[in-house]
Amino acid sequence: MSEEKIREVLESVAPLLVDGSPHAVALGLKIDQLEPDHIIMRAPYSPDLVGDPETGILHGGVVTALLDHACGLAAFAGLGAQDTPATLDLRIDYMRPAEPGLDVIAEASTVRAHGLVVFVRATAHDGDRDDPVAIAQAAFMVTKASQAATERAKKAFGQGETT
Amino acid sequence: MSETLLQTLLNTPYVSKFGVSFDYRGDELTGLLPYEENLVGNPLIPALHGGAVGAFLEITASASLIVSQPLDRLPKVIDVAIDYLRPARAADVYARAQVARSGRRVANVRVEAWQGRRGAPVATLHGHFMITPASERTR
Repeated sequence: MSEEKIREVLESVAPLLVDGSPHAVALGLKIDQLEPDHIIMRAPYSPDLVGDPETGILHGGVVTALLDHACGLAAFAGLGAQDTPATLDLRIDYMRPAEPGLDVIAEASTVRAHGLVVFVRATAHDGDRDDPVAIAQAAFMVTKASQAATERAKKAFGQGETT
Repeated sequence: MSETLLQTLLNTPYVSKFGVSFDYRGDELTGLLPYEENLVGNPLIPALHGGAVGAFLEITASASLIVSQPLDRLPKVIDVAIDYLRPARAADVYARAQVARSGRRVANVRVEAWQGRRGAPVATLHGHFMITPASERTR
């Protein structure tokens, strides 16, 4: 699939993969940028997602879900926007707490995609990407379950002929 | 353990939003993440969001550290490595943690989450947490 085509499919499918995901909606996750090699997503600050009431800092789980989702989109793009792969593992280093009141932004890029496996790297920050809140590395794979889900998604959203 | 600290953890907005609860006997704790629609990541499988499962594992790790020893503050996560072993179905999730090592500043914890069968875990977490053990005087 050409770069242009990947971009086109990504732009039509990615919003469904966010707004169609009840958990992403519950956390208010948004897409900021959809470059196939650079996905940017945002978790808006919200008092009901706080993990430490004394400080008002967002719960680490919000950062985990945001990074997982952004990495998933990057992996999808890395595989040529044809298969939604399953997460094999997700490793996160929490550098510092996110600043209370600020949105958390995740930027994810595919490091290498080969065959059925994709490696993704992501950074979460609250405005300055050189001062990260967390850094993540994840591996994704196209599995039988994820392929079946992709087929169902294509049928449901009329994306049958993406190639 | 500190009942107050465990209650503080349960009362944090994020933890109560997703209805996490704990069942504990002595220092053995099981976390429960009751199924609800807003945990679903992909409605077409349907499977729970990897982030929701990861966060639940993290919360269970913190709770297990709290029941295993007297602490002054909530544990702070330093790093986690989550392995997703099978898709988490639209059903309740349980988790149990093992504190592999707990020192004066840092604890190393392993957590396993399962649904129907304990022997078929859906995800595991291995992480480091910063802890503040209660000083002798305040115990």
